Amino acid sequence: MNRFLLPLGAFVLLVVVLAIGVSRAPEKSVIPSALLNRPAPQFLLPQLGSATDFDSRRMQGQWYLLNVWGTWCVGCRTEHDMLLEIQQQGRLPIVGLNWKDEDGAAVQWLQELGNPYAYVALDREGRVAIDWGVYGAPESFLIDPAGVVVYKHVGPITAEVWQREFLTRLPPPAGDGSTPLAVPQLPPVGAVPPAAVAGAGAAS
Amino acid sequence: MLPEIGHFALILALLLAAAQAFFGLAGPALGRDRWLAVVGPAVTGQFVMVSAAIGTLLVAFVQNDFSVAYVAQNSNSALPVFYRVAALWGAHEGSLLLWGWILVAWTLAVALRSRQLPARFAARVLGVLGIVSVGFHLFTLATSNPFARLFPAAPDGRDLNPLLQDPALAAHPPMLYAGYVGFSVAFAFACAAMLEGRLDQAWARWTRPWTTVAWAFLTIGIGLGSWWAYYELGWGGYWFWDPVENASFMPWLIGTALIHSLAVTEKRGLFKSWTLLLAILAFSLSLLGTFLVRSGVLVSVHSFAADPARGIFILSFLVVMIGGALALYAWRAPQLKSRAGFELTSRESFLLFNNILLVVATATVFAGTMAPLISDALGLGTLSVGAQYFDPTFLLPMLPLLALAAVGLHASWKKGRLGERRGALLVTLVCGLLLAVAVIVGASGGTAVLTPVGLALGGWLLLSALIDPVDRLRRRLSLTPAIVGMALSHAALGLFVISLTTVESYTAERDVALGVGESATVGQYEYRFLGLQPLEGPNYDGVRGEIAVFEDGRQVSLLHPEKRRYWVQQSVMTEAGIDMQFSRDIFAALGEDLGSGRWSVRAQVRPMINYLWLSALLMAFGGLIAAADRRYRRPVATPQAQQVPVAADQGVGQALPGRAG
Repeated sequence: MNRFLLPLGAFVLLVVVLAIGVSRAPEKSVIPSALLNRPAPQFLLPQLGSATDFDSRRMQGQWYLLNVWGTWCVGCRTEHDMLLEIQQQGRLPIVGLNWKDEDGAAVQWLQELGNPYAYVALDREGRVAIDWGVYGAPESFLIDPAGVVVYKHVGPITAEVWQREFLTRLPPPAGDGSTPLAVPQLPPVGAVPPAAVAGAGAAS
Repeated sequence: MLPEIGHFALILALLLAAAQAFFGLAGPALGRDRWLAVVGPAVTGQFVMVSAAIGTLLVAFVQNDFSVAYVAQNSNSALPVFYRVAALWGAHEGSLLLWGWILVAWTLAVALRSRQLPARFAARVLGVLGIVSVGFHLFTLATSNPFARLFPAAPDGRDLNPLLQDPALAAHPPMLYAGYVGFSVAFAFACAAMLEGRLDQAWARWTRPWTTVAWAFLTIGIGLGSWWAYYELGWGGYWFWDPVENASFMPWLIGTALIHSLAVTEKRGLFKSWTLLLAILAFSLSLLGTFLVRSGVLVSVHSFAADPARGIFILSFLVVMIGGALALYAWRAPQLKSRAGFELTSRESFLLFNNILLVVATATVFAGTMAPLISDALGLGTLSVGAQYFDPTFLLPMLPLLALAAVGLHASWKKGRLGERRGALLVTLVCGLLLAVAVIVGASGGTAVLTPVGLALGGWLLLSALIDPVDRLRRRLSLTPAIVGMALSHAALGLFVISLTTVESYTAERDVALGVGESATVGQYEYRFLGLQPLEGPNYDGVRGEIAVFEDGRQVSLLHPEKRRYWVQQSVMTEAGIDMQFSRDIFAALGEDLGSGRWSVRAQVRPMINYLWLSALLMAFGGLIAAADRRYRRPVATPQAQQVPVAADQGVGQALPGRAG
């Protein structure tokens, strides 16, 4: 064994360590939420397409997905088709938290791309997002019937993420249709009162 | 359409790089000299293609083409044009493209100057560089395509990370990459020499200027990064031993060792296998740095684009490049024998100790950087290694290194005689000690054990480096660029040590809560908060404070620290108010709004801190001057070698060592 082989040997060891590091990297890239397994913060916010405010307490007793989005957010556009797909599956309602956005832009977005949301709460100032510890959009929270945050996903939900992280956490679908999930009726987006659109400019 | 053309150009560049690698390596190996003719045109073609690719992306940024996903994610229509250009390398995909472009620019520079090299050797050098190109272009195309479209297009972009909206940081990545990539030239020279199975003094002379220029770029890049951290991150620190800082510092340390080892190989034909190993290590650590930043293996502030798929690709690339080179080394290095011996106090000895100490220092940094990763990989839990490890372990090999440098500069080759320089060395040492005594007596408090040591060593090295040029001037002898460059770099190192010691010993700092009209004492200074005004920039708003600083009742400075809120990303940035004076920096940064008109304020007065970056710049300049020495351009093989064609593109000019400085 010659001493000139030593650097190569040391390098092989290094590669082993790095390979283990790489294989574990996905776990670390998840930003843990302080909210995980804690009660979800409650909020009362103006609602898109409705004169009454949205009260998060109305979601008590059912599974739902809180999706933080904005029309300024590129990732949200990527994610939108998946959200529509989730809505079609009908496993749970999606509550949209429209974050630091303009109401008019949000309305236009949903008209153009389709509306996956059961409700859209307007967090114009971004205060509720702070309560939820939102780091960037899109971000999605899975909340159980007891109102506890079960899972948080940062970035667009893909079909794979939905399958692996969300569906596995949901209870199996009721096959006999005895306990259908309460999917609230969607307010028709086209019928937004002019007042909501007029207020759009106020958002910063 | 343009981004698609760019994408296509990058694919063509990949193919050309593959041709360059294949013909450059297979031609000499199979003895088919006619194949060598392909290599040069492949390099030129590759350069044109990568330039076209990066050009189209640049146009997309300048024209706010938010149908390109990368542009939409990293730019905004409100972003000033200068930063739209800099946004090109503001994230992962564009950084890689820039890496690739700088690599091709270096390759082209090597190709243009390769006429003084034997044809087969030059082809092998370009062939190895071709493999590196293939790796990077493939990486870009396969995992990090910057040309991907966004459909439908975004109405506006998500903006460049506000932390990166800064002139120094705009220039930081290109400089750093120029340094990293520059070491690939030394690496390619080393691989080519091993493939040839021959390494002579001419080899060292060809390799030296490239290595020195790469090192100079890396020095400037690290300096800029540190300067930026100081005034932009709002903490007032200049070095954090962050994994990514370490990743750039390790190639620098090994590069420094390589420069010195190459000197011995050129002058005396010694240290051959050692020089080869350092050349491989310098580039390996550059690649490892890229790996650490880009793979998400080490989570740090810099890893904004962490992705395991990319990590796996880079790791495979590391295995091929470094593993291949080290295997080649294990096979070929034993055949390289050095004939000559040297005495214990000869220059060779000093440079040997220089190398050992620098490698030991690199090893300590490496250990500290990798320890958290190893601990994690072995399931031993999370480990955090900070300044309390790095500071002492790094200083341990560095202090003797400074003393050795002060003396070693005057040692002669082969024979250990300091001769007439002994007196001058003694005088400079006494001057260094006097400096230490003067500073410690003059300053009030803050003196630590290392204060006199650092000041004396720094002062000694600074003056010792100047002995030779001053002596030559007095005797009306000529000063070559090599002598001036060497003296400048070493004197700058001395200056660096003095300023580092002063900053560390005599900084006055305090975090205070201040309301308008209130004052606080910081050391012998008084900070008075005069007021706060709203602020509006092109793509941000915020507040601008006004703080007057008094010393002995006399106002010495008026600071304007800012707190900016960038609209698009809604992130709050601290813009420190810094008054750069000749001998000190007076610094204030606004922390948090504590309510009822009170703010937390970080107040610091740091003596001599600017000389840290000034000396880094001087060090780099020294390197550039030395690399411009005429003996590197002397023709070796053919007489027409001196007529170096000037590249049409200006970007190449930067990378040509002969024109730098």
